[in-house]
Amino acid sequence: MMSFTVLIVVLPFLMFLFLGLMDSKLKPAVAGLLGTIGLATVAILSYITAYLYFFQVGKVEHVWQPITALNFNWLQVTEKLHIDLGVLLDPISVVMLLVVSTVSLMVHIFSLGYMHGEKGFQRYYALLSLFSFSMLGLVVATNIFQMYIFWELVGVSSYSLIGFYYTKPSAVAASKKAFIVTRFADMFFLIGILVLSYYTGTFSFAELCNPTGPVLGTTIGDTFMGWSVVSWAMMLIFMGGAGKSAMLPFHIWLPDAMEGPTPVSALIHAATMVVAGVFLVARFFPVYYFGAPEVLTIISYIGAVTAIFAAIIACTQTDIKRVLAFSTISQIAFMITSLGVSNYGGEHGLGYMASMFHLFTHAFFKSLLFLGAGAVIHAVHSNEMKDMGGLRKFLPITNITFLIACLSIAGIPPFSGFFSKDEIMVAAFEKDKIIFGILYFTAGLTAFYMFRLYYRIFWGESDKHYHHTPHEGGLNSMTIPLIFLALLTFVIGFIPFGKFVSSNGEPFETSVNWLVASLSVGVGVVGILIATVMYLKKNSKPETMEAALKPLYKASYHKFWFDEAWLFATKQIVFARISKPIAWFDRHIVDGFMNALSTATNWTSRKIKVVQSGEIQDYALAFFVGALTIAAMVLFL
Amino acid sequence: MTTIPLEAYLVISTLMFFTGVYGFLARRNMLTILMSLELMLNAADINFAAFNRYLYPGQQDGMFFTLFAIGIAAAETAVAIAIIINIYRNLKNISVDEVNKMKF
Repeated sequence: MMSFTVLIVVLPFLMFLFLGLMDSKLKPAVAGLLGTIGLATVAILSYITAYLYFFQVGKVEHVWQPITALNFNWLQVTEKLHIDLGVLLDPISVVMLLVVSTVSLMVHIFSLGYMHGEKGFQRYYALLSLFSFSMLGLVVATNIFQMYIFWELVGVSSYSLIGFYYTKPSAVAASKKAFIVTRFADMFFLIGILVLSYYTGTFSFAELCNPTGPVLGTTIGDTFMGWSVVSWAMMLIFMGGAGKSAMLPFHIWLPDAMEGPTPVSALIHAATMVVAGVFLVARFFPVYYFGAPEVLTIISYIGAVTAIFAAIIACTQTDIKRVLAFSTISQIAFMITSLGVSNYGGEHGLGYMASMFHLFTHAFFKSLLFLGAGAVIHAVHSNEMKDMGGLRKFLPITNITFLIACLSIAGIPPFSGFFSKDEIMVAAFEKDKIIFGILYFTAGLTAFYMFRLYYRIFWGESDKHYHHTPHEGGLNSMTIPLIFLALLTFVIGFIPFGKFVSSNGEPFETSVNWLVASLSVGVGVVGILIATVMYLKKNSKPETMEAALKPLYKASYHKFWFDEAWLFATKQIVFARISKPIAWFDRHIVDGFMNALSTATNWTSRKIKVVQSGEIQDYALAFFVGALTIAAMVLFL
Repeated sequence: MTTIPLEAYLVISTLMFFTGVYGFLARRNMLTILMSLELMLNAADINFAAFNRYLYPGQQDGMFFTLFAIGIAAAETAVAIAIIINIYRNLKNISVDEVNKMKF
C-alpha cells in the first residue's frame, strides 16, 4: 500500500527532464511555477507518507518497523551480487523525506522572487528538481549501492548549482573545488562499501544493520593492522560521509560553495545535502555500535573538534554567507558528535535520537537563516557586513524571522534549537565530559557569532546611507517562506521526537535534564550578551578585542590556513613530488620505448626500400637466382 | 633408322631456355624481351613433347599441354603487345628501363 511513495522520487526526475529538455520554449514564470507545483506535489506525498507511516502502519507491537515499500532488481551481476533499487521507509528516512521536501518547496517558492529575471531561470529550476530527486532517492535507499549512486548524483547537482553563475571565475573554481573534494572523500566511501560487502556478501541495509542477524557475526576474526575489517570498512565509509558533511579535514569546500545562488545554499549546503553524512552514520548506526565501536569514538572526537574549530572561524568572517557556512559546519559536527556518543537501544540511544532531532530542527532554522540572508543580499546587493547595518527599518519581516532563527540556533527556549541541542548536550554529558566541555564552549560561541551577524546586519550603523533604499515589499514569494519557516522553528521543538525516532525502534520519553538545560541556556545568554555589548551600537570594542587576541584573530580570519595546507599538500607534495615524476616516467620511459620501436622500424624500412627499384629486370634476375638456388638445394642437399 | 636420343632434345631446349633467360635479363627493348620470353616458353614446350614421346608413348597428356601452352602464349603475346603499344604512345619509347615508376 505504500508503493505510491516511489512517486516522491520519480516526480522530481520527470520534472527535471521536462524542464531540462524544454530548452527555452517556456516563459520563465511558467517554468518556475511548474517546478514549484511539482515539488509541492512531492511535499504533499511526503506528508501523506509520514502520516501513514507514523500513525497507521509504522508501529508493530510498540516498535517502529522498517518497511520496504518497493524493491526491484536493477542489475543482476551474478546470483549473489545484484544491485537493487527501492524505497525503504523507517523513522529516519521518513523524517528526511519531510525535511527535504519541505525545505525544497520553501526554496522553490523563495527562488521565484529571488531569482526573478536571472539568466537561466529554467535551468535553475531544472537543477533544483534534479537535486531534489537525488536527495530523495538517497534517503529512501534500500541498499548501500543505491545510496552511493544517489550520493554521487547529489554531488553532481550540487556541482552544477554552485557553478550556476558559470561566467564568474570564482563560482567555477568553487564548484570544481566542491566536486573534487567530495569526490576525493567518496573514493574512500566506495572502497569502504566494497570492503564491507565483500566480507558480508550483501549490500542491503536490512541485512547489514540487523544487530542479531548473521552478517555482523560472520566477519569477526578477520583483522587488518589491529582493527577488524568491519571497523576499517566503517571508517572508510565515514570518511565519505565526512566529505559530504564537511567534517575536518574535508570542510574546505563548503565555505566556497557559497558562490552559488543563496537559495541553493539554503537547500543544499545547509539543510539537506550536507547532512547526508549524518544520515549515513545514522543509517549504519547498529553496525558502528556493534561492529566498530572504536570508529564511533573517533567520530565523536572528529565531530567535537570540527564543532569548535568552525565556530571559532565563524566569529571573524565578514561575508555573511560564510559565517552561516561555518555555522553549518559547526552544527553538523554537533549531530555527528551526538551519534558518536550515543548508545544503542531505547533511551540509552539518546544521542542517536538527539542527532536526528537536531538534523530536523537545524534544517528548518538554518534554511530560514540562509533565506533571510538571501533576502538581505537581494536588498543591498552585497555579501559583506560592512555594506549593511540598520536594516531592521527596511526589512521588518526578515528582521523578525532572522532573529527567531538566531535565537533558535543559540539554544534559547522555546525555540526548536534549544530542545534538540539540549538533548545532544545531555547525551554528551552522560558519555564523555571532555566532549561535553567542547560542545558547551561551542554553544556559547555559536550564540556569540550568530548575534554578531544579526546585529551587524540589522543594527550597528543605524544611520547608514544606501544608494537604493532596501525594501522587501510586504507579503510575497520571498517573505512567505520566511514566515512559514519561522513558524516551524517555533513549533517543531515541542515534538516528542523520542517517540518517533530511536536507535532500535523502541519509542521512549525524553526528560529534561534541568542541570544541563540551565547550563546551556546560560552560556547561550552570555554569548548573546557579549555580542550585544560589542555590536549593538557601533563602537571600538571589537577593534580592542581584535588587537588583544591578535594571533588567534588572524588564525581564525584565515580559517587556520587549512586551504593553504591543502594547496601545499596537493601542489607541493602530490603534484610536484609524485605526479611529476610519474608524468616524466610516462613521457620518457613508457612513451620513449614505443617511440624507439617506431623509429627503429622507420630507419630499417628506409634502408631496405632501395631493393624495390622499379626495374623489372632486377626483379627477374633476383627471381632467377632464387629459382636456381632452390633447384641447387633440391639437387645437392 | 637410328633414333634421335632424348638428350638431343633436352640439349636444344636447354640452350633455347638460357638464350631466353639471357635475352630477358640483358636486352632493353621490350619487343626483344617478349621474344626472349617466347623462347623460354617454346623450350618448355619441347620438353613436354619430348618427355611424352619418350617416357609415356601410349599417352597424349604432354602433347595437350604443349598445345595449351602455345595457345596461351599467343594470347599473352597479344596482351603484352597491346601494353607495349600503350607505353610507346605515352613515352615515345619502348626501352624497359624507362618504365620504372612502379616503386615505393
